[in-house]
Amino acid sequence: MARKLPHKDVVVIGLGWTGAIIANELCDEGLDVVALERGPWRDTATDFNLGYAPDELRYNSRQELMLRPAQTAVTARNNADQTALPMRQYGSFHPGNGVGGAGVHWAGITWRFSPYDFRLRSHYTERYGAQAIPDDMTIQDWGLSYEEMEPYYDRFEYLAGVSGKAGNLNGQIQDGGNPFEGQRKREYPNPPMMQTFGPTLFAETAAKMGYKPFPIPSSLLSRTYTNPLGVTMGQCTFCGFCTNYGCANYSKASAQTTVLPVLMRKPNFELRTLCEVLKVNLDPSGKRATGVTYVDSSGDEFEQPADLVVLCAFMLDNVRLMLLSGVGTPYDVRTGKGTLGRNFCYQMANQVVGFFDPKRYNFNNFIGGGATGMAIDELNNDNFDHGPLGFLGGGSTRCAPIGAEPISKRPTPPGSPTWGSGWKRAMRDSYLSNLSVGCEASSYANRGNFLDLDPTYTDRLGRPLLRITFDFPDNDVRMSAYVTGKVAEIVRAMGAQQIVENPRTRPWSVVPYQSTHVVGGTAMGMDPSTSVVNPYLQSWDVPNLFTVGANVFPQNSGFNPTGTVGALAFRAADAIRTRYLKSPGPLVHA
Amino acid sequence: MTRTRLAAAAAVTVLLAAAPRAEAADQDFAQIERGRYIAVTADCVACHSAPGGKPYAGGSALQTPFGTLVAPNITPDRETGIGSWTEEDLRRTLQDGVGRGGKRLYPAMPYPAYTKMTDDDIHALWAYLQTLAPVRNQVDVNQLPFPFNVRLVMAGWNLLNFEPGRFKPDPQKSPEWNRGAYLVEALGHCGTCHTPKTMLGADDTGKALQGANLQAWYAPSITADSRKGIGGWTAEQLTAYLKTGANHQSLASGPMAEEIQNSSSRMTDADLSAIAAYLLDGKGSASGQGGGGPAPLAADDARMTAGSAIYTDSCMACHGGDGKGQTFLFPTLAGSGVVQADDPATLIRLVLDGSRAVATDTRPTGPAMPPLGWRLDDAQVAAVVTYIRNSWRNAAAPVGVDDVAKVRRTLAEAQ
Repeated sequence: MARKLPHKDVVVIGLGWTGAIIANELCDEGLDVVALERGPWRDTATDFNLGYAPDELRYNSRQELMLRPAQTAVTARNNADQTALPMRQYGSFHPGNGVGGAGVHWAGITWRFSPYDFRLRSHYTERYGAQAIPDDMTIQDWGLSYEEMEPYYDRFEYLAGVSGKAGNLNGQIQDGGNPFEGQRKREYPNPPMMQTFGPTLFAETAAKMGYKPFPIPSSLLSRTYTNPLGVTMGQCTFCGFCTNYGCANYSKASAQTTVLPVLMRKPNFELRTLCEVLKVNLDPSGKRATGVTYVDSSGDEFEQPADLVVLCAFMLDNVRLMLLSGVGTPYDVRTGKGTLGRNFCYQMANQVVGFFDPKRYNFNNFIGGGATGMAIDELNNDNFDHGPLGFLGGGSTRCAPIGAEPISKRPTPPGSPTWGSGWKRAMRDSYLSNLSVGCEASSYANRGNFLDLDPTYTDRLGRPLLRITFDFPDNDVRMSAYVTGKVAEIVRAMGAQQIVENPRTRPWSVVPYQSTHVVGGTAMGMDPSTSVVNPYLQSWDVPNLFTVGANVFPQNSGFNPTGTVGALAFRAADAIRTRYLKSPGPLVHA
Repeated sequence: MTRTRLAAAAAVTVLLAAAPRAEAADQDFAQIERGRYIAVTADCVACHSAPGGKPYAGGSALQTPFGTLVAPNITPDRETGIGSWTEEDLRRTLQDGVGRGGKRLYPAMPYPAYTKMTDDDIHALWAYLQTLAPVRNQVDVNQLPFPFNVRLVMAGWNLLNFEPGRFKPDPQKSPEWNRGAYLVEALGHCGTCHTPKTMLGADDTGKALQGANLQAWYAPSITADSRKGIGGWTAEQLTAYLKTGANHQSLASGPMAEEIQNSSSRMTDADLSAIAAYLLDGKGSASGQGGGGPAPLAADDARMTAGSAIYTDSCMACHGGDGKGQTFLFPTLAGSGVVQADDPATLIRLVLDGSRAVATDTRPTGPAMPPLGWRLDDAQVAAVVTYIRNSWRNAAAPVGVDDVAKVRRTLAEAQ
């Protein structure tokens, strides 16, 4: 029997990027906020000692900062005719665990989506006609415009100290920036990162081919920076241990390095770690959340009553908690009816590896960072004419040397021996003379891809696991083949002797790591028959329940999602502060 | 909920009824508020509270070279606090070092500084202390070994070391300077940490504020000396440090972090400026420039080359190749008084054990120096500390392996 605790104004589930932003904003509104975090406390001072922060065995091989299947697994299958099996090791993607969430071990690449992304179906219909969108492609509009998002992108970029170069300042295209980006009101808070040899060569080559290269917007900082909350971050040292690691130098933006020092000081904020929320409680009408039930690390159950419940966990957990709590109508793949779990999408992570003459090229890949590098945007989303191509979408192309981890980085050119002295020689020769160029591409919703509760497998607390039914749609596979070919042209022109093209192909496998950019499942939108939350991220069914995360994306753009997730968090917080609290109830009447 | 609250209120009433005060304290709001500010300025809470305990209800053990003392409960609880005291008892405690009933205090209570307090300030402080909720908490104050536990020995000590008397303003100086002097010498009792002690544990007044060792920290010189002290700072830089815990060069940690948190971050801007006017008076002198001080070690000295390599591996990512650090995050080592102090204890300690900078409302980051003692041995620490003390125009005596071993031992004992 759950012990009932004293009432709070707000309960926030999960203290990562979005939970920290929401909690901080609502504390500023004077509300009494409690955050429940399933993992442990983590901060730079205590947990990311520079003596062991770059420990590859500990953090990459053994994934210490990430969710373990013993806590919560997911089951997976490629289509509804198969039986899903549990993931015994998180491979394809890496949900975070603990304070800071996946924002602790992210790479730091921080984009704004393309302006037309927010009205994607309308945009494609206008440009190519409705028939250009396949019947099974359930892409849709977000229910808001880029212009409405702009101030919140700005807030997130200034919070995180993003280092980059504007490409479009108030409608004026800027040399050296991304000419395809939406209008921004002001420059990035910090200048771009310095570039190493690899990205420099990529940018020079791409420019000669007519592309417009620009520095990747980076939440690893190019200089010391104090953000608007007064928290100071340090200059990135290019140590090369960002993705999968916590940052020891206060250089990578995360909840820890941008918000928590301020939030944790607030007397109206309370954090409870190692507390896993079991479900959101609803009143008998099912139209109002009364709080949440959670279990602590001793196995004791508590009921935390609250006026407002905000789901800020990893996106898979946000969807699962809504399914477990009976909020909304689960998607039915046979009829296409129901919205909860619908439009689950991923990211098409394509890559081209070039092997260069080791006598002439030393890229010194040890110097790196998750978000350092140069990019082009000509191959992204609808920045090129899809009319004759037979697919929609594209990806951001970038040369981003993230570092050369000594255990996992094993580059050998095709034809090399796979063991013994020949393999060692090939490894030694190519270690410093290979270079990757990636194309992180869009993933468009398909009616066969969705999330629901697994009928067979449960977690350690007896709750059904989340089931992923997903495969890469034809459209996305064709797109991947096309953009990867284009990227290969650039790598060849850079002077590579050998090229390996790795376009994403079917079937989706849970085993190799691809990207943690899983999105969708509680799509946002203006139409309750195709969305779970309105454009303020408020549940259509339970107006005092909000959810903030990539789970609200109706589909994925050819960009990393964190910038947009952060902007949506600020926008939801603003709507709660300025509108919802004045008149608690639905912010949009459908 | 309401019932609990009523019960609590009733308990307080009974307690107060059972503990009539000897005299009515001044209940005027302005006096109480002034007294609260004096308590903040004097940082009473630092010693008279235990971690996790109620403020002013008694401290945690204070290790002195003579043994252990615990600051008493100064809430107005009749049995265990100062509820049966009179204002005169408080005045004599602060100004004469003699508590209620003629009990002689030990100078861990900084009465050699508080003796300079004005009667008006003590009156206000008394008014404030009387407004605190009485907390019942028996504190075993005197845990000194024989013969130090005999309070009468303090009579002799006072005769030799204690000069009672109120603060005397210097008419040649500005009112601001005099206010600063009063804050530094009386209320703020800065010398308690920053002035070296004699064999008998008294302030070595000839070396006032020139730096002293306490609890395995070296409280650096806060004189206007521009090399070892804070004479290189402007008044604004000093007040920023005291108010926010960080300035262009430095971040406070250790005991100074506590002081900033409890005390100087809560002082008025005018008082902080006054402190700066006093401490930075006579700026411009620099020990060791133009003779008298050490010359930096030669860059090819074996300790320097070893230290340089260790610095590159373990320090440079944050503090930079030029020793400049990153403002508000990683302290500047070039030109730092702590780095060049005659006593390198703090520098060694920071390398061995790390530390965490104070977080304040203005500078909430609270960055940390990670401990390196688990992966650097004494010789390596000695080399890197020697290198830091003699690079980027720094100059200070080399640090020996024994110096490091001594600090390591002290830290181990304190655990």
